Amino acid sequence: MNTQLLTEVGAFLWQEADMLDHREYQDWLAQWTADGLYIVPIDPEATDLADRLNYAYDDADMRAKRVARLTGGESVSTQPASRTVRSLSRFRILADDGATVTVRAAQHLREFRKETLRDYTADVTYELARSGDGFRLKSKIVRLVNSTDALHSIGYIL
Amino acid sequence: MAIDLKAPPAASRDLADLVRADRAHTSLYTDPAIFEQEMDRIFANCWVWVAHVSEVKEAGDYKSTYVGRQPVVVVRDRKQKIHVLLNRCRHRAATVCEEKKGRTNSFVCPYHGWSYGLDGSLRGVPHPESYGQCLDKGEYPLKSLRVEEYAGMVFASFREDIEPLADWLGPAKKWMDLFMKQGGGYPIKVAGEHRFRFPGNWKIQLENTTDGYHFPVVHKSFLSSVDEQTERMLDFVNGPGFVEDLGNGHSVMVMIPELVDLEENLDAPVPARFAELAEELRREGHDEAKVRRIVRTVGGSGFNLNLFPNIACSMAFFRVLRPVSVNETEIHHAVITMDGGPAAANRARLRLHEHFQGPMGFGTPDDSEAWERVQKGAQAGNDLWILLNRGLPGERITEDGRAGDVSAETGMRAAYQQWKKLMTE
Repeated sequence: MNTQLLTEVGAFLWQEADMLDHREYQDWLAQWTADGLYIVPIDPEATDLADRLNYAYDDADMRAKRVARLTGGESVSTQPASRTVRSLSRFRILADDGATVTVRAAQHLREFRKETLRDYTADVTYELARSGDGFRLKSKIVRLVNSTDALHSIGYIL
Repeated sequence: MAIDLKAPPAASRDLADLVRADRAHTSLYTDPAIFEQEMDRIFANCWVWVAHVSEVKEAGDYKSTYVGRQPVVVVRDRKQKIHVLLNRCRHRAATVCEEKKGRTNSFVCPYHGWSYGLDGSLRGVPHPESYGQCLDKGEYPLKSLRVEEYAGMVFASFREDIEPLADWLGPAKKWMDLFMKQGGGYPIKVAGEHRFRFPGNWKIQLENTTDGYHFPVVHKSFLSSVDEQTERMLDFVNGPGFVEDLGNGHSVMVMIPELVDLEENLDAPVPARFAELAEELRREGHDEAKVRRIVRTVGGSGFNLNLFPNIACSMAFFRVLRPVSVNETEIHHAVITMDGGPAAANRARLRLHEHFQGPMGFGTPDDSEAWERVQKGAQAGNDLWILLNRGLPGERITEDGRAGDVSAETGMRAAYQQWKKLMTE
């Protein structure tokens, strides 16, 4: 097992998680490759996600719009903003072809807004493109364990 | 004036007095006794939408859903007949189906193994000897509701003597026909849905699909995320659209009159936001007429058709509401695609749906927040009313009913008058 790679990947993903919890969205946007995709599927089994209905299927343009919506002050459901704390663990390297590392992790997120504390647990798969001595996000697929249930609004980035 | 804290509960008041021509009483959102009566007098007493035919396309296809609070299974049998069956074993009441959708040959109760055919008939009972002659299987099918469909929309009713669906829909039928034109020459297909819940009464949601007034306020962040041409198109509140009461609580809100008939104006320029899609379809070899027809349908129809009590044909999707309790409602926003249509066009429809709808959409969460706040605010002032008088002075009589301007509360008045009729007759 390549524990050095695991450490590098873990450090990158913990940094990403910390950026999202602390709403450092511009830094988060800058971490992506130009063709990167952020996807939150509904169907737990589906792999042809472009041809499915998802909760989010964001290319670079939609990611920038999502950040603008979350921070722009025009959306009543993000005023006040949710506070989130997430922990990411159980990293497993699924593939590494030299250019791209595919890694799967467990994410536990707690959200508080107004009077309600909510939990979202997800299995997250990342494709990380090697870039210089670090990584860029090429894809992030967030599979909520309760994706097929009736959910409440999610006013932040999972 | 002091609020009389000893006022009698609304249920003991005259229900007819709770809905007036221009207002509805706050207790309609908050009184659990009224909610109980609604389940009997509305949801068990009129045609309730249960499915689109594409959701049960082949023999054995089923979908589990609810009529009011009662779980049902919608299923197509081998003779292609659609049945709506109570999801309850006739033996000891366990549900016979827990999946949201699927395909099967039969429904088998997990408790004692009673099995039912696709038409609900009781086929088999394990170890029947103990019953001797005291169980006639013919007497214990899954209870079935009346079922009729129009324009691919399947409705069910608990009432055997209910009027034909076509009569109940009345002038709404021609709007259903217009809505289905967004298949662009292909059959319409429901290709998934966003499900979410909000802590509020179902009628708050019922009102929303006939409420043009809220759009520029609640959906400001969505409008900031679209191109200028789309933003102008959606700036309809002072435009030439209208809301029309179609009878029986149904209404239509026309926001974008030029998108009422999607088979007209096919020569109009392709909107900027669909230019890329049009190019992709041309590259795939579709002729110009087909490209125009498909591109014109991708954003959906220019109107919302509200069908009392639980379904709306809303621009490019079906909005389904399910009352859970007096202060909880589940909403499904079902996406529409073209069955067998070009994949690129269907992908465009899916992405447009995700942009606005669902818990991570740019529209739904803000609607949901507004509705939650209605329910919360409605806990205050139990002597106050919900105002429904917008657009009253400008209302005119039409061939199908009456119409007001595009942000008039004509559609809500229609729904509440139907509520009053059903609750008091």
